[in-house]
Amino acid sequence: MKLENIPQKELEKATKGLHIRFMGTDDDAVFKALADASRRELLDRLRTASGLTLGELCDGPAMTRQAVTKHLAILERAGLVVTLKRGREKLHYLNPVPISDISMRWIGRFEEARLQALFNLKEAFKENDT
Amino acid sequence: MTTPDQVYKTHINASADKVWAAIINPEFTRQYWFGNVNVAATWEKGAPWEHKGLDSGTVHHLGIIEDIVLNIRLVLSWGNPGDDHDISRVTFTLEEKDGGTELTIVHGDFVDDSAIAKRVSGGWPKVVANMKEFLESGAVASPGVACQHSAA
Repeated sequence: MKLENIPQKELEKATKGLHIRFMGTDDDAVFKALADASRRELLDRLRTASGLTLGELCDGPAMTRQAVTKHLAILERAGLVVTLKRGREKLHYLNPVPISDISMRWIGRFEEARLQALFNLKEAFKENDT
Repeated sequence: MTTPDQVYKTHINASADKVWAAIINPEFTRQYWFGNVNVAATWEKGAPWEHKGLDSGTVHHLGIIEDIVLNIRLVLSWGNPGDDHDISRVTFTLEEKDGGTELTIVHGDFVDDSAIAKRVSGGWPKVVANMKEFLESGAVASPGVACQHSAA
């Protein structure tokens, strides 16, 4: 069954319900935390190699230990970085939830709806085939 | 190549017992976890658990309850049916804080080059967002689909 033969009503049903998720009061902290290149660089590093110690995060170009500590504190308060005690070490992790929330709110809506609709239809075809 | 742990953290304006119920009570879980539920014959350390589609009955993930402290911590081994290799661990930690609950989910201890790690990294943020919305407003407006369980 070709995609263009799917009734409009089915497509609409699959994409129905997109909405604005409530944005919390911490959003200022998130945007402010992201509005700094050094902090974004730290997030990039945590994205590729999660669970880094302070030492490992300082082990890069152009950022003093003091600067890294300051930036991590801002990122942690914004909920973008989470620290976990693993044995005697304190490891830093990127928490993608705040960024994912922003993405779902504004950027992902239309693309996601299209992908969701396609996925739902694909699942429906599979059921029809069995 | 080592697969890094994944950490997801959010604050939910609901008490810890409600967040806990949202995780293990199918009546609540199905309303936000994309039609899937977490079930166990008994929620006790050492017992098996499954993550399955409520309507289809298909088991997507399964494992053993490694630790359970009511309303505080739930640790599950996490694998796919028929796969004895790509097994990981999910830890839910609940901490009452600031008039609500801080929920931290750690999905880690993956095998090297874990395929599961890639797939769940897309799903967890959506599950967390939906859970938060469900607990704070009573419903999820667009339950949708989080991730592809079936092989494409």
